[in-house]
Amino acid sequence: MPFLPTIWRSRLSRLMFHPWSLGLAGIALLFGLWALVSSLGILDPLFLPTPAAVLAAGVEEVANGDLWRDISASVLRVLGGFGLSALVALPLGIAMGTKTSLCRLLEPLLALLRYMPAPAFIPLLIIYFGVGELPKVLLIFIGTLFFNTLMIMDAVKFVPRELLETTRTLGGKKRDLLLRVITPYIAPQVLDAFRINMAAAWNLVIVAELVAAESGLGKHITLAQRFLRTDQIFLGLIVIGLIGLLIDLSFRLVMRRSCAWAT
Amino acid sequence: MNLVLDSVCKRYGDGRDAQLVLDQISFTMHTGQFLALLGSSGSGKSTLMRMVAGLEKPTSGSLRLDGQPIRGPGSDRGMVFQKYSLYPWLTAAQNVAFGLEIKGLDRSQIRERTAFYLEVVGLADAARRLPRELSGGMQQRVAIARALAAEPRLLLLDEPFGALDLQIRESMQEFLHNLWRSTGLSVLLITHDIDEALLLAQQVHVLATRPGRIVESLSLDLDKSDLRDLRISASFQTLRHQVADTLRQLDRDPP
Repeated sequence: MPFLPTIWRSRLSRLMFHPWSLGLAGIALLFGLWALVSSLGILDPLFLPTPAAVLAAGVEEVANGDLWRDISASVLRVLGGFGLSALVALPLGIAMGTKTSLCRLLEPLLALLRYMPAPAFIPLLIIYFGVGELPKVLLIFIGTLFFNTLMIMDAVKFVPRELLETTRTLGGKKRDLLLRVITPYIAPQVLDAFRINMAAAWNLVIVAELVAAESGLGKHITLAQRFLRTDQIFLGLIVIGLIGLLIDLSFRLVMRRSCAWAT
Repeated sequence: MNLVLDSVCKRYGDGRDAQLVLDQISFTMHTGQFLALLGSSGSGKSTLMRMVAGLEKPTSGSLRLDGQPIRGPGSDRGMVFQKYSLYPWLTAAQNVAFGLEIKGLDRSQIRERTAFYLEVVGLADAARRLPRELSGGMQQRVAIARALAAEPRLLLLDEPFGALDLQIRESMQEFLHNLWRSTGLSVLLITHDIDEALLLAQQVHVLATRPGRIVESLSLDLDKSDLRDLRISASFQTLRHQVADTLRQLDRDPP
């Protein structure tokens, strides 16, 4: 671009070679393709609504409050279920990582449970607890507990023996090992495990709401299906994706802020 | 400080799978002494050091420090490992302060001692840096400062320079030598590096492998005013060849 002043040229090239540039370009490409195909009129807008139609649906639902209600319903379920799972997985994972006998007792069991797809529990949960909040929170809980626990256990097992023994030669007791060595050492891996398993939680809440719910983004989609509102389905899918991405990014941010030593 | 090992044996497993790792190890060590245990891998030298640190128990025999049997780890015996020696999330100064915080010293005392021992190892400027921002040699110096800050009666070094490049290893050996000379520390060093043992220690116990046992004890009276000169002196070279031969012989003729 020889016609541009040097400053602009260098800014432009810095922008082009920014690590995010390609990723954003990929997303832009998909949206561009969508806009192009939907505006050509070769497909029935019932199957493929235009971006403008989806945006309009979004504006409408933000205005009447439907979208916020569904977002907050889904997010609260995820927070409840995942929070509960993290609360149990942390002490359990640490205990399994430090006590060999406990690990031998529980690891095969958890490995087995882990391979039972959580959505397959939905019918049971509905029979036991109906269609309220509890079965959805529990679904997320059982769908993430085993993964969280096993990943935390692994992180604890990889704390270098030398660090633990150094601590003991400095006069550290069990409590010091747990609070001053194991906990800070595994913090980055725990955050990473939570970030990865949060994606599963976010998937599960949608599945649960698709099956049976009064509110939530999954419910939003099934409702739209009933009235053939593909624009609303698209809106739901995009919002689900964006919130997922937002959760992922916030975990990365927390990680970079609190565990700079490990990044 | 007075460390006495009396017929220490260590056996892993039992029954037919039992494996004798250390056989009848006895030696004594006094205040201000620099003692090295020299042996190749499989000589049980690390196990021996871990028993002195209190991290493992002997199968038979006794270890006594100032007359008291060693029952577990304690801050009177500072230890430095070859790798993973620092807490990676703490700065150099926080690493040095770590043991003092566990002990519950008050803030001003911790700050004072931390600064002092960082100064002793020549790393006052690196106080705020994280371990990953320090070179391997600097990391080991911080680890030594952390062990010293607890003011131990005995410093235990388990191949402390084993993971370092040759150049840095040599300068670290000089650093350790000067540290020992200026402080009057009691140092127990474990190494497979013949030069390192002979250069630094006043007494070297050579260990044979499987089971680990002391086959030769050398009391050295070398002129250590300049380690670089000593390294290349003829008498030193002769000595190290003798020890190298002994070790080679041991590898060739298993008992």
